[in-house]
Amino acid sequence: MADSILALEGLRKRFGGLTVTDDVSLSVAPRGIHAVIGPNGAGKTTLIHQISGTLRPDAGQIRFAGREVTHLPLHRRARLGLARSFQITAVLPGFSALENVALAVQAGAGSSFRFFRPAAGEARLNAAAMAALEQVGLAPRAGVKAGALSHGEKRQLELAIALALRPKLLLLDEPLAGAGPEETERLILLLGRLKADYAILLVEHDMQAVFALAEAVSVLVYGRLIASGAPEAIRADPAVRAAYLGEDA
Amino acid sequence: MARWREAALPLLLFALLGAAPWIGFGEGYVLTLLARAMILGIAALGLHLLVGGAGLVSLGHAALLGLGAYAVVALDAARITEALWVAPAAIGGGALFALLTGAVAVRTSGVQFIMITLAFAQMAFFTAGSLSVYGGDDGYTLYGRTEILGRRWLEDRLVFHYLCLGLLAASWGLVVAILASRFGRVLRAARENALRVAALGFNPAPYRLLAYVIAGGMAGLAGALLANATEFVAPSYLAWQRSGDLLFMVILGGLGAPHGAVLGALAIVLLEEWLGHWTAHWRLIFGPLLILSVLFLKGGLAGLPAQLRGAGRG
Repeated sequence: MADSILALEGLRKRFGGLTVTDDVSLSVAPRGIHAVIGPNGAGKTTLIHQISGTLRPDAGQIRFAGREVTHLPLHRRARLGLARSFQITAVLPGFSALENVALAVQAGAGSSFRFFRPAAGEARLNAAAMAALEQVGLAPRAGVKAGALSHGEKRQLELAIALALRPKLLLLDEPLAGAGPEETERLILLLGRLKADYAILLVEHDMQAVFALAEAVSVLVYGRLIASGAPEAIRADPAVRAAYLGEDA
Repeated sequence: MARWREAALPLLLFALLGAAPWIGFGEGYVLTLLARAMILGIAALGLHLLVGGAGLVSLGHAALLGLGAYAVVALDAARITEALWVAPAAIGGGALFALLTGAVAVRTSGVQFIMITLAFAQMAFFTAGSLSVYGGDDGYTLYGRTEILGRRWLEDRLVFHYLCLGLLAASWGLVVAILASRFGRVLRAARENALRVAALGFNPAPYRLLAYVIAGGMAGLAGALLANATEFVAPSYLAWQRSGDLLFMVILGGLGAPHGAVLGALAIVLLEEWLGHWTAHWRLIFGPLLILSVLFLKGGLAGLPAQLRGAGRG
């Protein structure tokens, strides 16, 4: 446990009478992909919100990079190296792809209380942003307004933004959702490349992708973790098969 | 290159305003009108920073302007008319009011922000009306215009015209620079998606608050100029109708570019005057005109050239 980048201990969240996160404990290794799967309504997104800081848990603890962050707001956790992508694409539609990423670079490049120099002309920000766009294969579309990108390209842009933060952990909430077959293939290849350098917590519906990519899988059902371990073990787990994989297999 | 094209229209506008007294608009009452439009343009530029830049729609901007005007009144009543004191007091008054009320207001957005700014402005409005030392509801007539280093330059219409123009151009440059800067980029990004910006590690609140304070300072300056232009200050300066007028200037002018605020201020002040000459019921014409312009001018007046080019092509 000591060398994990993220550790959840006894996390609990209730909405009225409904327990959406029920005593969840989880630990994520500093490299590779840890997938969280579960049927609709299992509380995956609620869990992501608590990890990223948009929701406060009612009980339990979140440790990130050796620090307790349970009560830190979203923007403070981001500063510590926690980058998240959004399930519903949240790129800035009026900004070019490059400027979307440059804003992320800017977050880690000194004060943003600077008032007179045009930010679009800062070579240092643009170079790092371009590098992140190249990493996800979006460099040729750098000048295009994000609102005009295809759905798959927006997902790539989300990744580039997260990478530009040079994060310790990437929280990816359904990065493949709504992508076409070709785009999905491209994104899976990309995630496979990224996991060598980053810790990734991946929430995903695409089982093929999950079992092709993840080093560890945790299964969430009605807010509860029913199993956690290597993909082969999860695939063989009778409880998981009964609760979840049965639908698909 | 693109940046020069963007600056061409506003620079032409400032050049025209500079030439105005020499090309047939030098009459006293015309200059008074132009000065009024330019002064309200300065306040509207600050409001553009909020509405167009930060996405914060304020319905209390006139209070900031009124604070600047009442700073002139307070110093005038104490027989202080030197610009070295008056200008910082007016700018500081607007900025301070913005800081105190903004600290609450910027935590909200949308309709809540509108209501909170309106509520604070109404408080300032009624406070101004109850200040009997400054004439209460009847207002206050200044002993004289503000002096610059002890000289009464502002009595000269042309000097006042060029002072307003210079401050208007400087305000425009300031807003353009701020919006393009790192600070402005965070502000614009938070307008499009505040959650995204927080996920990048920025807390939008201090950025919004500072933008509000800057806009407050600009409005305070405009208030001091307006007090000088009319040599009279009344609580109506702070009324919410005037806040609405300022908002209309910004929106009619176009949210896409800061010089839209200047165009909007000129259009509304001049149109009001022109229609007012025609008929006493000018508001009956003015209202529909505004509605039509909002419906059909997508980018406001500032977007008109692009829209005409587009129509010419299509």
